[in-house]
Amino acid sequence: MTHPDFLWRNPDPKPAYDVVIVGGGGHGLATAYYLAKNHGLTNVAVLERGWLAGGNMARNTTIIRSNYLWDESAAIYEHSLKLWEGLSDELDYDLQFSQRGVLNLAHNLGDVREGRRRVNANRLNGVDAEWLDADEVKKFCPIINVSDRARYPVMGATLQRRGGIAKHDHVAWALARQADAYGVDLIQGCEVTGFEITGGRVTAVETSRGRIAAGKVALAAAGHTSVLAERAGIRLPLQSHPLQALVSELLEPVLDCVVMSNAVHVYVSQAHKGELVMGAGIDAYNSYGQRGGVHVIEAQMAAALELFPIFSRARVLRTWAGIVDVSPDASPIIGPTPVDGLYINAGWGTGGFKATPGSGWVYAHTLAHERPHPLAEPFALDRFTTGALIDEHGAAAVAH
Amino acid sequence: MLLIDCPSCGPRDENEFHYGGQAGIACPTGDMTDERWAEYVFMRDNPKGWFHERWFHVHGCRTWFTVERHTVTHEIRKPR
Ligand SMILES: Cc1cc2nc3c(=O)[nH]c(=O)nc-3n(C[C@H](O)[C@H](O)[C@H](O)COP(=O)(O)OP(=O)(O)OC[C@H]3O[C@@H](n4cnc5c(N)ncnc54)[C@H](O)[C@@H]3O)c2cc1C
Ligand SMILES: [Zn+2]
Repeated sequence: MTHPDFLWRNPDPKPAYDVVIVGGGGHGLATAYYLAKNHGLTNVAVLERGWLAGGNMARNTTIIRSNYLWDESAAIYEHSLKLWEGLSDELDYDLQFSQRGVLNLAHNLGDVREGRRRVNANRLNGVDAEWLDADEVKKFCPIINVSDRARYPVMGATLQRRGGIAKHDHVAWALARQADAYGVDLIQGCEVTGFEITGGRVTAVETSRGRIAAGKVALAAAGHTSVLAERAGIRLPLQSHPLQALVSELLEPVLDCVVMSNAVHVYVSQAHKGELVMGAGIDAYNSYGQRGGVHVIEAQMAAALELFPIFSRARVLRTWAGIVDVSPDASPIIGPTPVDGLYINAGWGTGGFKATPGSGWVYAHTLAHERPHPLAEPFALDRFTTGALIDEHGAAAVAH
Repeated sequence: MLLIDCPSCGPRDENEFHYGGQAGIACPTGDMTDERWAEYVFMRDNPKGWFHERWFHVHGCRTWFTVERHTVTHEIRKPR
C-alpha cells in the first residue's frame, strides 16, 4: 500500500520572508492564501508551534452566520459569508458547507425585542433575516419544545436561512493545500518565542527553529495572542478563556438546522456524520489549559434537554475545550500595532470560525497595503482609547 | 471544577464563586487622559502562568478576595 499524496509540503524555514504569519489555524492559513491569491505575495511563511489547525480551528462547533447587529460587524461577517458561498468551488474541495438555517431563540421579552431589532438592522444591511414566532419555530424545527411551561419558554427566534455549518478540517486542509501550491511555506513544529525589534520596527522572529527575518509579522495566534504581544512589549485588552463543546454518539438524522440560545448558553447542530455537536459558554476564569469544568458541560446539557427532550437518551461521546481570546466588546481587533511592521488579528473569541475567509481577506489586504482594509478599519486597536466600541454582546455573547 | 479556598469559609466548589479577573487594578487618580482611562477600563494582563486574580464568594459569605492561580495547571496558592 502506498501513502496517498500529501496535501502540502513540509519545508524547513528559510532565513527570511516578506511576511511571517504566526499561527497556522484557520485565520493564519486564510491570510496566507489571500496574500498569494489577491496580492501576489508568496514569499510568505506560516509558523505553527504544533500542527496545522490543531488549535481552535479543530475544536469549534462550525456555526457560520452573519446576522450581527452593528453596521461594522454586519459588513465584515457578511463579506465572509459571501466568500463561504463560493469557497468549495474556489478551493476545489468539498467543505461540506451547508446553508441549513440558523435559529437564535428568544426566551423572554428582552430577547424578543433584541431579536426583532437585530432582524431589522440586518435587513437594512442586506443581510437575510426573518423573525419567527413560537409556532413558526416549531414548524421550522419540529423537535424543539415550545411549550409555555418550559423553564425557558421559546417566545420566538431570528432565522438566517443562509447561515449553517461547514467541516472545519476540510476548510483548513483546502486553504493549506492552495497556499502551499502558491509557494507559501507552511512550517509546523515551529514556535515563535520572541521578536527582534530595531528602532521600533520588527525585523525578525525568534523561533524554536532559529531566527527568521521578516519584512512584516502578522499575529494570528487566537488564544495565545496576549502571550506573543507581551514579548513585543504590547499590552492588549484580551483575556484567554476555555470554551468547551461536546459531541454525542452518531444518531439518525433528527435535526436539520442550527439552533442557538444565548440566554441558556447552548447551541446545537447535527454534523453530517450524525453526531450532535453542542457548545457551551466560556469557563469564567482565565486559562491556557485547554480544558474546563464539568459543571459547565452539565449546565449546557440541562439547557439542551429543556429545549430538546428527545435528546434525553443520547450519550456524550467526548468533550473538549479550546482557548479563546475574548475582547471587551465581543468584536475582533485587526490592524497595525505600536510596533512598526507588527500586525494583529485577534479577539475573535468564541465566534471566529465563521469569519475565517473574511478575516483572511481583510488581513491580507491590510498587510499588503500597509493600511487597514476598509472593512477592518473600525476594528482597530485604538477603539478602546477613542471609545468607538463595536458592542456585539447581544449578537455574539457566548454564542457563535 | 476548581476548589477555591475562601478566607472565611474554607475550600468550596468553584460554582459558589463569581470570577473578578485581574487583581490590583486601582482606579486612577489625578489628571485623566483617554489613554489612562483605556488602560484602567480595558487593558489587562493575560499571562500563561501565575496570575493574581479576584474571586467573590457570591453564594456564600459574599467576601471578595485575591488568590494566585496558575493559568495552565489551575493550581491555586496564597498570593505572594
Ligand atoms: C469549543 C469552541 C467552539 C467554537 N464554535 C464556534 C462556532 O460555532 N462558530 C464560530 O464562528 N467560531 C467558533 N469558535 C471560535 C473559533 O474556533 C475561533 O475564533 C477561530 O478558530 C480562531 O482563529 P484560528 O482558527 O486562526 O485559531 P487557532 O486554530 O487556535 O489558531 C491559532 C494557532 O496559533 C498557534 N500558535 C499559538 N502560539 C504560537 C506561537 N508562539 N508560535 C507559533 N504558533 C503559535 C496555535 O498553535 C494555533 O494553531 C469556537 C471555538 C471553540 C474553542
Ligand atoms: Zn466565603
